[in-house]
Amino acid sequence: MDVVFVNLAGLALIGLIAWYFWMSKPTGMLAGITSDGTQEAFIVVKGGYSPDTIRVAAGRPVRLVFNRQESDPCSERVVLDAFGVSAELPQGSNVPIEFTPTEEGSYEFACQMGMLRGKVVVS
Amino acid sequence: MRDPVCGMTVGPDALRVEGYSEFGFCSEHCRKVFIADSTRYAHQTDSDSEGSEVAEARAEERAMAAVGSSSIHLSVEGMTCASCVSTVETALSAVPGVIDARVNFASNTATVDTAIEVPASVLTAAVVASGYQATEVVEEDDTSDTERVESERRYRLLMRKFWFAAVVSLPVIYLSYPEVFPGIPEKGSTALWWIWLAMGVLTIPVLAWSGSQFFTGAWGALKHRSANMHTLIATGISAAWLYSTVAVLFPGFFPDEMLRDVFYDVTAVVTALVVLGTALELRARARTSEAMKKLIGLQAKTARVLRDGTEVDISVGEVVVGDVVVVRPGEKIPVDGVVVSGSSAVDESMVTGEPIPVEKTEGATVIGATINRTGSFKFEATRVGRETMLAQIIRMVRDAQGSKAPIQRTVDKVSGYFVPAVMIIAVLTFMTWYTFGPSPALVYAVITMVTVLVIACPCALGLATPTSLMVGIGKGAENGILIRSGDALETAHRIDTVVVDKTGTITRGKPSLTDISAFQDLTEEEVLRLAASAEKGSEHPLGESIVRAAADRHLTLSEPSQFSAVPGHGIEARVDGYQVVLGTLKLMADRGIAAGPAESRLESLAEQGKTAMVVAVDGELAGVVAVADTLKDDSTEAIARLHRLGLEVVMLTGDNHRTAQAIAGMVGIDRVLAEVLPDEKATQIKLLQAEGKVVAMVGDGINDAPALAQADVGLAMGTGTDVAMESGDITLVKGSLTGVATAIELSQATMRNIHQNLVGAFAYNTLGIPIAAGLLYPAFGILLSPLIAGAAMAFSSVTVVTNANRLRRFKPTHREEVS
Repeated sequence: MDVVFVNLAGLALIGLIAWYFWMSKPTGMLAGITSDGTQEAFIVVKGGYSPDTIRVAAGRPVRLVFNRQESDPCSERVVLDAFGVSAELPQGSNVPIEFTPTEEGSYEFACQMGMLRGKVVVS
Repeated sequence: MRDPVCGMTVGPDALRVEGYSEFGFCSEHCRKVFIADSTRYAHQTDSDSEGSEVAEARAEERAMAAVGSSSIHLSVEGMTCASCVSTVETALSAVPGVIDARVNFASNTATVDTAIEVPASVLTAAVVASGYQATEVVEEDDTSDTERVESERRYRLLMRKFWFAAVVSLPVIYLSYPEVFPGIPEKGSTALWWIWLAMGVLTIPVLAWSGSQFFTGAWGALKHRSANMHTLIATGISAAWLYSTVAVLFPGFFPDEMLRDVFYDVTAVVTALVVLGTALELRARARTSEAMKKLIGLQAKTARVLRDGTEVDISVGEVVVGDVVVVRPGEKIPVDGVVVSGSSAVDESMVTGEPIPVEKTEGATVIGATINRTGSFKFEATRVGRETMLAQIIRMVRDAQGSKAPIQRTVDKVSGYFVPAVMIIAVLTFMTWYTFGPSPALVYAVITMVTVLVIACPCALGLATPTSLMVGIGKGAENGILIRSGDALETAHRIDTVVVDKTGTITRGKPSLTDISAFQDLTEEEVLRLAASAEKGSEHPLGESIVRAAADRHLTLSEPSQFSAVPGHGIEARVDGYQVVLGTLKLMADRGIAAGPAESRLESLAEQGKTAMVVAVDGELAGVVAVADTLKDDSTEAIARLHRLGLEVVMLTGDNHRTAQAIAGMVGIDRVLAEVLPDEKATQIKLLQAEGKVVAMVGDGINDAPALAQADVGLAMGTGTDVAMESGDITLVKGSLTGVATAIELSQATMRNIHQNLVGAFAYNTLGIPIAAGLLYPAFGILLSPLIAGAAMAFSSVTVVTNANRLRRFKPTHREEVS
């Protein structure tokens, strides 16, 4: 009896793991517009990127300002591969990354090892 | 939402100040500044949001300045309060050309955005005038320093955590194996229960302090619905601890006596090992960026410049373009410039990778950070601060190290699924052992689950590519090879054909005298002296090469009179009373000079790809001189090296077939594409690609830009100090063909290293996880101890980084090493 119960619980746990890590819906935030027309978003780096999904409009310059608030070296660099930009993130400083997306789509930014991930959704 | 202090847009997670829910802060600093003067900032933001004219005007100014703007960083001293911040900002903003100035009170720095090139000295003067001290910060310097300090601090903390966990582990291990060690009370006795309780209590600080980063890291990731190495370790060590603690405190929970057991040793030992692994990995990773640190360390600190006629020592940040800098033997050249007086030999190896010192005389370019060896000289600064060649190199290398190699994109896809997949495998393992395992099934299930969680090493996978790339690209910079991206590096190792532009790459690109023969009773020297004297007024490159050859032999030239040029054929002039004619056979025929005896000589010279000219004196054949574009010293060796790498070398040139073949024969080139017009170069590359070849093009970074872009990998031969201007995936700082071979060797070595790392990391995980799950148990009775799993995990990522560091020993091959 308890074997059945343990296995059912195990299957439920597997389902929970798959759902929690793989089926998350991006929440995201809309980038603000600065006085010079740049779409700007501030991203805190601590165990991940907050917010991890930034929504921007195509054709306008985007500035993502990263602030790393942890000493874990895993997140010491952020790479936006699609736009060929990357930056080192010294702990506690604001580091801007600038680019102008021209085509709609979803572009990932991640730490160098690809463990922490976020994305820019261009529409 | 906007930060009212710095004006930056912030997310909902931003820091807050009670009572001002409408504001968020990007940093603790801004929050503090706001608290210090909340009325001002709260009010100022109100007026901002009304869209005041000032803000609009500023926006317009910014928009206009979007092109060609730059920012300068200043270190500001003497600020004591938040109001100092606004004083300095106002002073800087008032400087013409400044769009924006932001002062960071916490770090005592100012960032100034300028629309036009504003010298740092003007900005520092403005700060000084407002009552503070300021100096320009060359940004590369200070970040690397704080990083080094931060990394050292972290290493020491991890080592302290390791020692603590290790010390706790010793008694815990002893007491955990009554079947091995003597003197441990029997199972079920009260004494053992007390020992277990003590072990449980002892391991609490191991979890809470030594292993704290696993829990904070796991929690941070969990909030973002992601999982990492910390998640696995945290789950593993806490599962072992919780099971043990339940067995101690609530033995009734386990009806079967056999189930009442403790695994505190797993908690303590795995924590100790993984913490040690993390510390060692941190150490090793710091070494991967050593090349970059070396580059940064090359920057000179001070410069001796002439100001108002006297020599003054100033910091290198204060040198401005146009300053005359004095350099003595043994000193470091502080910035880029052009020699105005004096001469010396300069060791440029640290920037160009070229070991032999370079002679510098008036008019020569000098590179900042190189070392003056023999003489003293003065030079005029042409590039300072962020514009120097070294600063450009540092930026290029840093960007390249941050880029991704295509191979990593595949790994990234895997690593996104890796950790949750391991967690699922761990649960499946538990279920399988619980259902089918031997008694006590629950104990086996828990232990195998913990082993699976602990053995999986996502870090080894994640570190495999970036660390090798980091070392490889850094190593390139040490050898004067600037690789622009991971893409370029990866493509370079697949190259099978190298296309080389002849002029300026294989050859010097400047004709020089190669042969003289005399036909009358004149000596060869006399023939050369007369020919050179006649050519003295000529501006033709062939004429110049003859004059230069005469000067090299210290011949005294006479002034020619009645000089006349016959375009396309030669020249005539009177020298020392002789009528000298120099040119083609046709010119001789036109002048009625019999040149028959020279014909066979001319033919053989032309055969060798040389341009030969007949010299006649007073209507009689006197001699033959020949000039040719000569080979660079290292071309033959470089091409031999390319051949040894198994590459086909193709020469591309606008010259005629005969000249091209002659040069190709001398250096041993396989295939020649001659008579190619400059704008056809890219098409020729495309044709080679159509043959299925992976083509590298070597050429001048500015004139050959289209061909370099068309090639799979474009290698630009550096032509000046503006390395960032060169197009091309790889820039060779020293315009030498040997750099091409070295670049390809380096890319092959780096990609080999990456493959080793990836294969190792994949093999480790794909073998380790099933073994940990007990796959070998049914057949061989082999079950991995979680302690061994922890050790394997801890050292697998260290191994990856250590392997990447082996690349630091990369050396280009030389002729003597092969033989």
